[in-house]
Amino acid sequence: MGVQSPIARVRGLGPAREGVSHWTRQRLTAISNIVLVLWLVFSAMALAGAGYEEVRAWLASPVPASLMILLVISTFYHARLGVQVVIEDYVHHEGAKIGSLAAVTLITFGLAVACIVAVLKIAIGS
Amino acid sequence: MLSWQLRTPREPKAGSLESVMARSERPLSPHLQIYRWYLTMALSIVHRATGMAMALGLLLFTWWLLALAGGPETFATVEAVKDSWIGVLVLFGYTFVLFFHLGNGIRHLVWDAGYGFDVQVAFHSGLAVLAFAGAMTVLVWLVIAIAG
Repeated sequence: MGVQSPIARVRGLGPAREGVSHWTRQRLTAISNIVLVLWLVFSAMALAGAGYEEVRAWLASPVPASLMILLVISTFYHARLGVQVVIEDYVHHEGAKIGSLAAVTLITFGLAVACIVAVLKIAIGS
Repeated sequence: MLSWQLRTPREPKAGSLESVMARSERPLSPHLQIYRWYLTMALSIVHRATGMAMALGLLLFTWWLLALAGGPETFATVEAVKDSWIGVLVLFGYTFVLFFHLGNGIRHLVWDAGYGFDVQVAFHSGLAVLAFAGAMTVLVWLVIAIAG
């Protein structure tokens, strides 16, 4: 036991040596998702029936553009963490597990970057 | 025929795990299909399923965002799919899936904080999440139908 606090004992443990960081990051992105996704739903309701120019003008303004980039980071990260747990639970073949985990990580990071570039193009680019 | 007849034990192969388990006569942990279905149990699985569905839905979201950045022509293609009956059906489904996962996610955060573990509370919070998801889905689509 010693003088370590409970949190210090948990840090760096587990099969991936990442301690409780997966758990805390999943909760953190869950909370940010609640705020950001509700914003997106309300925006979608406000933009109902809007055409290309209107939607683009909306996303070109700084606050929606910033919130959209935050939403992309938060949702893709949360999705990556969630899919990881499902793969770890159901894929038992070690090679297939490592392969699918790598694929999910690369795909989510790739799509997130594409989304962020799309928002930046609308907000800053032409 | 009757299910209990199908479950009469076969003679396990000598030396197999099954035979060792049978000999030890320990109570075995029943698998998923043995349990009676509870609401809390179903919602737990649905939480995971809706999460996976939305991970796939991020592909559609990416498509929409890239099309918007691409220009009027590419955006028109996505809008045509979005406004088709299948597009509306998928988006309606995703609205429920989203609000279910959001509501049930909050339920999970409350559990993480150490509250709501009582059987009755867990059952009723599950019902509340279903009602919340249903009500929000109808509300969102009413607004879209009126405004759009």
